Amino acid sequence: MADASTLTAAAPDGVAATPLVDIAGVTFRYGETDGTLALSGLDLKVRKGEFAAVVGPSGCGKSSLMKLVTGLMPVTSGTLAVAGAPVRGPLKIVGMAFQNPTLLPWRDVLSNTMLPLEIVRPHRGQLRRKRAEYEAQARALLATVGLRGFEKRNPWMLSGGMQQRASLCRALIHQPELLMLDEPFAALDAFTREELWGVLQNLWMERRFTCILVTHDLREAAYLADVVHVMSARPGRIVATHTIDLPRPRTVESTFDPHFIDIVHGIRAEIAQARSEVPDEPTDLKGAA
Amino acid sequence: MTRKQWRRLETAMPWIVIIGALVVWELAVDLFDVRQFILPAPSDIVVALIQYREPIMASALFTLVNTLAGFGIGVVVGLFIGIVIGSSRLAYAGLYPILVGINSVPKAAVVPILVLWMGIGQPPAIITAFLLCFFPIAVNVATGLATTEPEMEDVLRSLGASKLDILWKVGIPRSLPYFFASLKVAITLAFVGAVISETIASNDGIGYLMLQAASQFRTPLMFAGVTVIAAMGIATYLIFVLVEKRFTGWATRKQDAVALGTGGG
Ligand SMILES: Nc1ncnc2c1ncn2[C@@H]1O[C@H](COP(=O)(O)OP(=O)(O)OP(=O)(O)O)[C@@H](O)[C@H]1O
Ligand SMILES: [Mg+2]
Repeated sequence: MADASTLTAAAPDGVAATPLVDIAGVTFRYGETDGTLALSGLDLKVRKGEFAAVVGPSGCGKSSLMKLVTGLMPVTSGTLAVAGAPVRGPLKIVGMAFQNPTLLPWRDVLSNTMLPLEIVRPHRGQLRRKRAEYEAQARALLATVGLRGFEKRNPWMLSGGMQQRASLCRALIHQPELLMLDEPFAALDAFTREELWGVLQNLWMERRFTCILVTHDLREAAYLADVVHVMSARPGRIVATHTIDLPRPRTVESTFDPHFIDIVHGIRAEIAQARSEVPDEPTDLKGAA
Repeated sequence: MTRKQWRRLETAMPWIVIIGALVVWELAVDLFDVRQFILPAPSDIVVALIQYREPIMASALFTLVNTLAGFGIGVVVGLFIGIVIGSSRLAYAGLYPILVGINSVPKAAVVPILVLWMGIGQPPAIITAFLLCFFPIAVNVATGLATTEPEMEDVLRSLGASKLDILWKVGIPRSLPYFFASLKVAITLAFVGAVISETIASNDGIGYLMLQAASQFRTPLMFAGVTVIAAMGIATYLIFVLVEKRFTGWATRKQDAVALGTGGG
């Protein structure tokens, strides 16, 4: 059981008041007017340095939301701003780990991890000169997620969980201001997942980047996040927001704390409600028109 | 029979078949008393090879040079066209039908036009080799690029990579296995092109040698020419098989994983 005194510390420090990510009334539709309406009237604010989690039923548009924030796809309507500027194309300050590991099979783990350094300025200009230094950084990062000794392996020689760890390192290597994680631990076993929660929390506490984590796992959201946003069924929007006021560093022990369990129960009830709710707009418009 | 012997038999199999076929051929020609100008025995072909080794070598070299020159141009042009039509849907829509059209014209019909433009000999042979071999390269490279998983592109796009970065870091490495696979086909086609053109319009090369030999009913010499051209085709094919293995081991993960596990390298 966690020590009661550790649970009384104040809200995370270093969190500024200005939102780094500011989403207001965003609607997103795949394809033309008869395409899938993935998001509808979504509002979300994430402050600088904050760890936000987004939870919601499967297919509600979480991955779509991540791609909108990183600028991989344009919003259909509404406003979406990151660091004060409207998002018009892929952003340069983000690191992203996708639902699949998406490592490049022709590169070994080390050079997969170092890929962002070949793209993102100012690193790309310095890579040739400071190769040894960057390589040491990448090796150190890989070691923190337990991939020491696997640097020269090709991705397909790694287990799925190891690939996800490498993918996490790739998202972090260029020290992005905003880290976007799309269910990075979904494919892992419970123990590895809990271990990586600790790893991610440590990295975050050390570097204090802003983070948006999409997950199915409510315990994961409550363990890692400062704020948990609950999404409705498709078309997705935020239906509730919870502040998790547990002190850090959190441990697997703290997930058995009654207060923690209460929070998770609260969120679960809302998701259950979101799943059963009829969406505002009929999703099948084809027949009606 | 032990596993090891079995494995050895497997590697020896092609040679056993070839030698067996040659022996049957030799015996059949002997037995049925086939006349030499209809079908020479393998031994006659060897004799011809030795007897005419100098003109054969000179012709073979000429053909090889034409083939490699045409192949070289074919690689450059095929790669370029492949990259253009593989990375732009507009270019694909505009160029693909034309390429299919060019490819479906029998190349023997084009040679007279080439001769009209550049005379006989080396130039039409090189161009015919090129015309025959660039198409598979272009199509394969384009396929490799066009089938790149969008997720892989997203990885780079999310970092703010330019189109050129994406092409360089994802598109091209991803289509390399397709490219190398097409080289094996293309080099064989380049030989075909060079020989066709030499047969129609040249005073040199294996194609011309064959035509000469045919007009004089020197059938063993013709077969010697075929043997040499086949040997060159097989040798270049094998070179590209090795090149392919060397550069795209990642694309054949399973076999390679086993090889790495046992061989270490
Ligand atoms: N490329 C696409 N084209 C058309 N529709 C799509 C596309 N990708 C997703 N969709 C649809 O958009 C909706 C939202 O998808 P999205 O991937 O964002 O869901 P998700 O919340 O991430 O789901 P999960 O939790 O299962 O990963 C789904 O109904 C899906 O069918
Ligand atoms: Mg998803």
